[in-house]
Amino acid sequence: MQPSLRTPLIRLQNICKRFPGVLAVDDVNLDIYPGEVHVVAGENGAGKSTLMKLLSQVERPTSGTVLLNGREVPFVNPQHAQRLGISMVYQEFALAPHLTVAQNIVLGRESTLFGVINQRAEVEQARQLLQRVGLHIDPKRIVSTLSVAEQQLVEIAKALDIDAKLVIMDEPTATLTDQEIIHLFSVIRGLTAQGIAVFYISHRLDEIFQIADRVTVMRDGKVVATLPRSDLDQQKLIRLMVGRDIQHLYPKPEPRPGPVMLRVEGITRRGVLHQCSFEVRAGEILGFAGLIGSGRTELARAVFGADPIDAGSVWLEGKRLSIKSPASAIAAGIGYLTEDRKRDGLAMTLDIAQNITLTNLPTVASWIDLGKEERIAVRARDRLKIRAPSVHRKVAVLSGGNQQKVIVARWLEAQARVLFFDEPSRGIDVNAKSELFELIGTLASEGRAIVLISSYLPELMNMCDRLVVLREGHIAGELERSQFTEERIMALATGASEGDML
Amino acid sequence: MKDTIRSTDEVMGDEAAPVPGAQPVWQRLRLKGRLGDFIAQMTAAGALIVVFTFLSFASPDFLTTDNLINIIEQNAVTATIALGMTFVIITAGIDLSVGSTAAMTGVLGVELIAHGMSWPLALLIAIGAGGIVGLGNGLLISFTKLNPFIATLGMMTVVRGLTDVYTNAVVVVGPTSVLGPDNFGVIGLGKVAGIPVALMILVVLSIIAHFLLSRTRLGRYTYAIGSNEEAARLSGIPVKKYLLAVYVILGLLTGLAGMIAVSRLGIGEPNFGIGLELDVIAATVIGGASLFGGQGTIVGTLIGVFLIGLIRDGSVLLDINSFSQNVIIGVVIWLAVFWDQFRRRRISSLSS
Repeated sequence: MQPSLRTPLIRLQNICKRFPGVLAVDDVNLDIYPGEVHVVAGENGAGKSTLMKLLSQVERPTSGTVLLNGREVPFVNPQHAQRLGISMVYQEFALAPHLTVAQNIVLGRESTLFGVINQRAEVEQARQLLQRVGLHIDPKRIVSTLSVAEQQLVEIAKALDIDAKLVIMDEPTATLTDQEIIHLFSVIRGLTAQGIAVFYISHRLDEIFQIADRVTVMRDGKVVATLPRSDLDQQKLIRLMVGRDIQHLYPKPEPRPGPVMLRVEGITRRGVLHQCSFEVRAGEILGFAGLIGSGRTELARAVFGADPIDAGSVWLEGKRLSIKSPASAIAAGIGYLTEDRKRDGLAMTLDIAQNITLTNLPTVASWIDLGKEERIAVRARDRLKIRAPSVHRKVAVLSGGNQQKVIVARWLEAQARVLFFDEPSRGIDVNAKSELFELIGTLASEGRAIVLISSYLPELMNMCDRLVVLREGHIAGELERSQFTEERIMALATGASEGDML
Repeated sequence: MKDTIRSTDEVMGDEAAPVPGAQPVWQRLRLKGRLGDFIAQMTAAGALIVVFTFLSFASPDFLTTDNLINIIEQNAVTATIALGMTFVIITAGIDLSVGSTAAMTGVLGVELIAHGMSWPLALLIAIGAGGIVGLGNGLLISFTKLNPFIATLGMMTVVRGLTDVYTNAVVVVGPTSVLGPDNFGVIGLGKVAGIPVALMILVVLSIIAHFLLSRTRLGRYTYAIGSNEEAARLSGIPVKKYLLAVYVILGLLTGLAGMIAVSRLGIGEPNFGIGLELDVIAATVIGGASLFGGQGTIVGTLIGVFLIGLIRDGSVLLDINSFSQNVIIGVVIWLAVFWDQFRRRRISSLSS
């Protein structure tokens, strides 16, 4: 398959997109061929998402042309792009949660007779499309009852319904488990076998090597290179993405575990957690592994007092705590960095300083000491290298990595000695990730006890001294660092025997 | 989406490089950032100035001491309640019961005076009664977890109903002896050294409210809860307690406002304040508060109150009938919110 011998499905010629003050996409030339998986790699800010929005006509390019099968495409709106056969699967799903699967799939294109929707035809059509994406569920189910992975497949089914020639996916695996990713990839392969092109954005390097036919690397709005997968290896890809070598993606300090800091015994929350016990030492990084829904986040929230528990006890440095609310956990020295920064981590309309001091406001007789607040924030910014010209910027304008640092700063300010990091690297680019993990390592080596929750095994296996594997709300097993293998972890997480995993 | 976050960040990142001596740049940017926060207010303030200037030329009766004092007295009730409403709206809440509560506390106060109680004591009891209504709202919202709209819609009806039951929907008339600026009437009509007492009360309350909101724990947590209630809870903030406090504050101010209203004529009117809650909410929103929470200031709210007040006053002076007044005010609300959304979209196109 010599790409150059075929006609490209899409050809971008000298595409530029300028936002006030930023050239987000800078003179991009790119071909997408029918039946290929074309991965766009690059850090946040490289211009990947903007490029997708230009393709799906959410944004209008400042200059340049887009050719579809050799003919120039006028820019109208996303509906127009859909009619041309360009369909986008959004990172945050664009389904109507209260409607059924079938209603969502045909949304906007319902077949009607005298204005009345033919429901039976709709369900039948949906059933066929769902089969094509390997999703065996009732099309009459309400979308909000589906898992994230299932919703994503519904979106892909929706794309198939409009007879898409190009399917755009923006970090589709961000919230999927390994099993679900494998299924998604086989669905993608099914699409390309039918000649559909898939334009795919990803941060995860291993995934790029699994799924890509060709890889376009972007940096600072420009295309750095477009290469077939066979011409790339991990080091080379990273170098192209960040423009320099990153030595250690997971800078892990030498573990120096001290005495037991946090001991959790028999935490039970009916229907969610069953008799969960574990301990973390000072200076240790403990990982929580497990499938999505296995109870990792729930266990962290239970220890932190965010959800009520039915039984169990929490001990900090040998003293039993009575944790009834996050406030009491914080007072004891426990911090929890939530999985979703925007949903329950940051106060977006407040500025950096105000977010940092949220747990520990410096006050004199309940009056805020603004000078002290400023000093705290500036010190935290300098220490954690939060990139912002002023601590009075709204956190909303920060990148994911810097937002994460603001939350870390908040917990350091609260004098937390035990820190739960729930999926800390989600939505953060390679560079910031390595910086974040270095910070986590430093926090551990300063004598804090760290619990790291992640769905991404390489993160856990590289960063953690020990792993607790959860399955269906139970602790399924515990592994020392020397025992870490993906097979072993997955076997514990799924309950399969190790041999089945190979 | 994320790309644009990073883009702005990179712009900022360059400037933020830890270069020694870069302090002035940061300070300049910081000033710029703070000025940005005031844009919404400045727009409303600009509108206020334009309307004021226009009326000064359009009507010879406008720029007179009597008329200006009249405007302040006319709007003192709305302004007093709006101070408290600002807190509530910043928490992403709303209180529809303030009109009914003001009527109830006014009737209660006049009734107490009519039964021989001294007016300052009656005033305190009326304020307290407002606080109790606020406490009820706060409990329904924070502990029963009712939606603020529904909780206070119910309270609005209940309080109005109770007032009507007590008065049989007939006005309550106080003794004429307490009337006039030397007695109970002092809060609504009195002047000290030529300055209306209502204005002094408003200024003092506004300063207190402003500092509460911008400089105290209560104020900070008000913004934090409105910005992201779950993040606030997970940061150890006792969210329920602060929500309760905010509704109680509004209730107390509403109780006072009810008494200011009745002090002018000494008559408790059970039908007082129907639709007042909407004027108060409109003023707050015009002043830059967001119904989605996390945003709003006392200065903005005051500008909103007096912008509406000027439009009403000017309409009377220029002989525009009250139906047309309402049309103008409705359009102003649209413009204010439209401008707010436009601004928000510009911010979010840079961030998310």
